[in-house]
Amino acid sequence: MNKDEILQKLTGIFREELDNNDINLTTESTAEDIEEWDSLSHIQLIVAVEKAFGIRFTSSEIQSWNNVGEMIESINSK
Amino acid sequence: MYKKFSELKKNITRHSQNSTLKKIKVALLGDTATQFLNVALKGTAINEGFELEIFEADFGQISRQIFDPSSEYYEFNADFTIIFESSHKLLNQYYKSYDSQLKFAEDKINHIEKLYEAIQSRTKSRVIYCNFPIIDNQIFGNFSNKVESSFVFQQNKLNHLLNAQLAIEKDNFFIADLSSIQNKYGRDFMFSPNIYVNTEMVLSLNVLPIVSHYIVGIISSLEGRFKKCLILDLDNTTWGGIIGDDGLEKIQIGSLGIGKAFSEFQHWIKTLQKRGIILAVCSKNDEDKAKEPFEKHPDMVIKLDDISVFVANWENKADNIRKIQNILNIGFDSMVFLDDNPFERNLVRENLPEVCVPELPEDPAEYLEYLYSLNLFETASFSQNDAERTKQYQIEAERATALQNFTNVEDFLQSMNMVSDVQSFNNFSKPRVSQLTQRSNQFNLRTVRYTEQEIDDLIQSGDHSTLSFTLEDKYGDNGLICVIILEKKDTETLFINTWLMSCRVLKRGMEDFTLNKIVETAKNNGYQYIVGEYLPTAKNQMVEDHYKKLGFASHEGQWILNVNEYEPKEVYITNKI
Repeated sequence: MNKDEILQKLTGIFREELDNNDINLTTESTAEDIEEWDSLSHIQLIVAVEKAFGIRFTSSEIQSWNNVGEMIESINSK
Repeated sequence: MYKKFSELKKNITRHSQNSTLKKIKVALLGDTATQFLNVALKGTAINEGFELEIFEADFGQISRQIFDPSSEYYEFNADFTIIFESSHKLLNQYYKSYDSQLKFAEDKINHIEKLYEAIQSRTKSRVIYCNFPIIDNQIFGNFSNKVESSFVFQQNKLNHLLNAQLAIEKDNFFIADLSSIQNKYGRDFMFSPNIYVNTEMVLSLNVLPIVSHYIVGIISSLEGRFKKCLILDLDNTTWGGIIGDDGLEKIQIGSLGIGKAFSEFQHWIKTLQKRGIILAVCSKNDEDKAKEPFEKHPDMVIKLDDISVFVANWENKADNIRKIQNILNIGFDSMVFLDDNPFERNLVRENLPEVCVPELPEDPAEYLEYLYSLNLFETASFSQNDAERTKQYQIEAERATALQNFTNVEDFLQSMNMVSDVQSFNNFSKPRVSQLTQRSNQFNLRTVRYTEQEIDDLIQSGDHSTLSFTLEDKYGDNGLICVIILEKKDTETLFINTWLMSCRVLKRGMEDFTLNKIVETAKNNGYQYIVGEYLPTAKNQMVEDHYKKLGFASHEGQWILNVNEYEPKEVYITNKI
């Protein structure tokens, strides 16, 4: 799966979990750009992403991302 | 059956603020982060028809909130207090209690008891305490069960003490059985280490809907909402095969084919029936063929005697379930329908959305484990009377037939030889009275729920008079079926705080008989006025005009009766001496 495909899949997950169909992710997107993305829904997103990609993030990874691009790198490294 | 966490969350955002759902105040006190549990509880409650207002204390504040009389917790005044202490924190406490590990469970349980007593001394809140899903820290392996001071030993002991020392002994103490959830789903499903380390949350997102369902189940049943009736399909649900095609010898039950699955399923159903769940049959069959296995098959566990209403015909199942509902006179939302056929399940779901229709697995071998996962039959009480219920509903069906043979109702009532035992509440009637206040939804004027402890307080109270009524007739004994709580308003006025009746005894003149007794009580105690009140709920519309019909006059939103002008009503019930 390339970066764009992952980004597209992530967009779907974000829209579903955050209950907002207007979300359009880029690799630069951060929690500041998306109103519903707070520390609590961050956990929801992680669990949903883990399930959708069949992977498990380490606890350090969960804390480390500064933007969606870094999240995609984590996913890609699995 | 369970919704996902994100769906529960959407429930809340989509839920209208001015809905008519009953509002319940819940305090959530935890020693780990409970924000997600809070959301899951609210979302689950909306599905069950309640709106929770939740006070969530900052975590780690359980003792401070409960022991400080001026805390926000007491200011909030919760109907229910959920205390959620985690196995993780328990393990940490254990690690630090080097000197007293042998007494660890005992010390802990005494602390929990103090929390409970402190709450009860200041509020009427029910306490829901989450027990401990076991962490096996593998210090001794299996041998920990032989080492009393080990954590595994102490944790098991603590779970046991929660039942033996608190749940059994304290009326307002209820266990949310998280340990059972872990048994069913496994620890790795229940707990996500990476989330825990980042957030201090011990429940995984996957398990939150289940935990919430368990906790809200306790609240719903204490609020009078629970399943009362199980409706069974027969072919391939109750036994394997089709009785009409395969014949008596070939249906699978007992040792034939996969009969073991159905035998164990029937044992489960029979046990539910014995604890008071009403059984009904709804089958597409000729009635005589459908009854044959119950009468003749040696391996059938469920007998005809266990079934209150037996409907076997070729009409559609939604209509047949309406028929069953009509005979039993209970809400559709208190019924569960089990059928192996997806078509029938969908038909019932579409026509009767309130009936609970579990999506039975295709393989009958999996029926039970699937049903075990749903916690369908949560209850708030259990009394001896429960086991008699089937019989009472069967007798009711007989009465319905007898009534058809009389041309006028008075003759019929006369022929019933009805006798009622009227008494003040006492220690014997206490459990049943409390239970009726929790179960009765339809014939219930104000729908006030009472625990046994609160009934006890009423017995002691100088400002209350209480009456309980039984009703016996030539067909049998209905047991205790009517509860009255009268409250002194002032020297002249007696207020009917509670008037509720079992719907089994409708249309027998029981209302008139009861009012005669209320007036008698008022007169004997020197009151001049009796005031009644109707508080509408989603379910008690049948008594909207109750006081009007009985001759009360409308007065500022309440109903008033002058004792001295009251003419005793003619009744066909006599007082048991």
